[in-house]
Amino acid sequence: MTIWNLLIREILHRKLNFALAVLSVMMASGSLIGSITLLRIHDIHTVKLLEQKHAELEQRMARLKDDTRKAMLKLGFNVVILPKDQNLSDWYANDYASKYMPEEYVHKLANSGIVTVRHFLPSLQQKIEWPEYKRKIILVGARGEVPNMHKNPVKPMVQPVKKGTINLGYELHRSLGMKVGDTVELMGRKFTVHDCHKERGNKDDITAWIYLAEAQELLDKPAQINAILALECLCVGEEGLPIIRKEIANILPGTQVIERGSQVIARAEARTKVEEQARIAIEKEKIAREDLRTARERLASILMPVVVTACAVWIAVLGFTNVRARREEIGILRAIGVRSRHVMLMFVSRHVFLGILGGTIGFVAGLLAAVYFSAAREGTQIQMTDMDLSWAGLILASVGGATVLAVIAGWIPTIVAARQDPADVLRDDN
Amino acid sequence: MLEFNNVSKWFNGAQGKVTALKEVSFSVRPGELLAIRGPSGCGKTTLLLTAGGLLRPSDGQISLNGQDPYTLSPEMRSRLRARNIGFVFQQFHLIPYLTVRQNIMTASLAIPQKEASEKAQQLISRFGLEDRADHVPARLSTGERQRTALARALLNEPKVILADEPTGNLDEDNAQTVFGYLSEYVSDGGCVLLVTHDTRAAAHATRSLQMSRGQLVE
Repeated sequence: MTIWNLLIREILHRKLNFALAVLSVMMASGSLIGSITLLRIHDIHTVKLLEQKHAELEQRMARLKDDTRKAMLKLGFNVVILPKDQNLSDWYANDYASKYMPEEYVHKLANSGIVTVRHFLPSLQQKIEWPEYKRKIILVGARGEVPNMHKNPVKPMVQPVKKGTINLGYELHRSLGMKVGDTVELMGRKFTVHDCHKERGNKDDITAWIYLAEAQELLDKPAQINAILALECLCVGEEGLPIIRKEIANILPGTQVIERGSQVIARAEARTKVEEQARIAIEKEKIAREDLRTARERLASILMPVVVTACAVWIAVLGFTNVRARREEIGILRAIGVRSRHVMLMFVSRHVFLGILGGTIGFVAGLLAAVYFSAAREGTQIQMTDMDLSWAGLILASVGGATVLAVIAGWIPTIVAARQDPADVLRDDN
Repeated sequence: MLEFNNVSKWFNGAQGKVTALKEVSFSVRPGELLAIRGPSGCGKTTLLLTAGGLLRPSDGQISLNGQDPYTLSPEMRSRLRARNIGFVFQQFHLIPYLTVRQNIMTASLAIPQKEASEKAQQLISRFGLEDRADHVPARLSTGERQRTALARALLNEPKVILADEPTGNLDEDNAQTVFGYLSEYVSDGGCVLLVTHDTRAAAHATRSLQMSRGQLVE
């Protein structure tokens, strides 16, 4: 018979007391390990989540860029070719050029074999006082598209204004009460109203379109134009503009190229906006995850001492219960010569044993509970191998910490047992 | 073997000083069974615990195998008790979760010995407990429990057995059996100090003393 035999048999005899004490240690240890694991899973999940969102963003941006490229290929975009000496500030301010270039430029361009532009629309524009009606209008002389000779003939994008006809902007025909078929006089020449445009809400509403040659005559600019609108420029994405500029500059050195109503820029801006929003969303997610972690950490830091203290008190109570139940046993053992330090060893060993057992179960339970909780609550799929935790340190903290907790909690009952006077017990029972 | 010299013991309680033993002197030699008889509360158990090194006397001296146990450290006193004394109590004080065999062997916790198991087996046979060797106390009769307690007291081959009302809970047959074993032990050279109020003890004792109010009366 040894102290260890006695210890094991006593534990087997008072299973409930021992099981409750183990459960208590397990709770303390499991809470600690569960908290640490939960926080670690949270960190890993956060990294994975953010990585996934970054990847999604990259994919989305790549897709958007590709879509833009494809859209640009299909739609093209428009550029305006202006005389080289045109002051752009004036052009932007007036929306028409004050300098002129030969109409022949458009033919030169059409015959050049240029591949990046499909349609050319020469025009002569000028703000004038409509002498017959005493009001300012923008007079546009247009002759329709000059086809790109190098390309296969395609359907014209803009229908030409026929000779002797006039197209009127909304404000003009509305305020003057004109309709299609009416005859109007412009600078002493009669025109038949061919088209009355719908309201556009821009300068087009005060614009009158006539045939280019007639405009040249009226404005005294023979064979002169001040802009060529190049439509459906075919290029690849936003990098296309410099290519077009370079190509046109080679053909028409006396011109400059301005992008008009750029869809590319709009798309690029939209894309940048989307990217910015996505990055803000990711940043917000990151901050939210960090806040959640802080909250969880704070909760754990409040809860842990409470749980550990409650468990320690419970272990101590169970320890006292055990000592009380074994009062007679301790008395007789001391009477037959078992030393008090052996009695002490017996109780300390009991607490060490329950600490190791509770700590081990608590370690496994805490780990599994944290993984299960995270999976059930947040849908995380973290493998044990993903968690680069110091397992040795955790096991030591769990099992070692639980053992220390159990021994400390059981220390007073142990001292009470070791100091129990056998004479008191034996005298009371007789 | 065991000698009391003017041993007194008093307790300071809420109602003042209570004298449990008053100048008690006697000795028990090997081969002697000394029965100290007296009514309940006369100080018999106090005398026995004092003799066993478990209750320090307030005055006087005790000699156990030539040594005063109360001059020794608690550790040494435990050792002296383990080597020299066997206890038998009215309430048996068996450990409830151990079998008869294991209860007997608890005495070896104090003095580890290789042959403890064999000795325990011999005692089981000697006390007629073979059929009950693997039973826990709850499944034993009172006579079997007391025999188990007696076997436990004898495992370390003590020089003195201190018995406190060992037959108090036993019927006539079992009481006779216990007395028989004690007599046998005495005839083998041991000595027994028996405190009891059982008048039957006198028949088995080599000497009897009467105790009254903490004092011995011849």
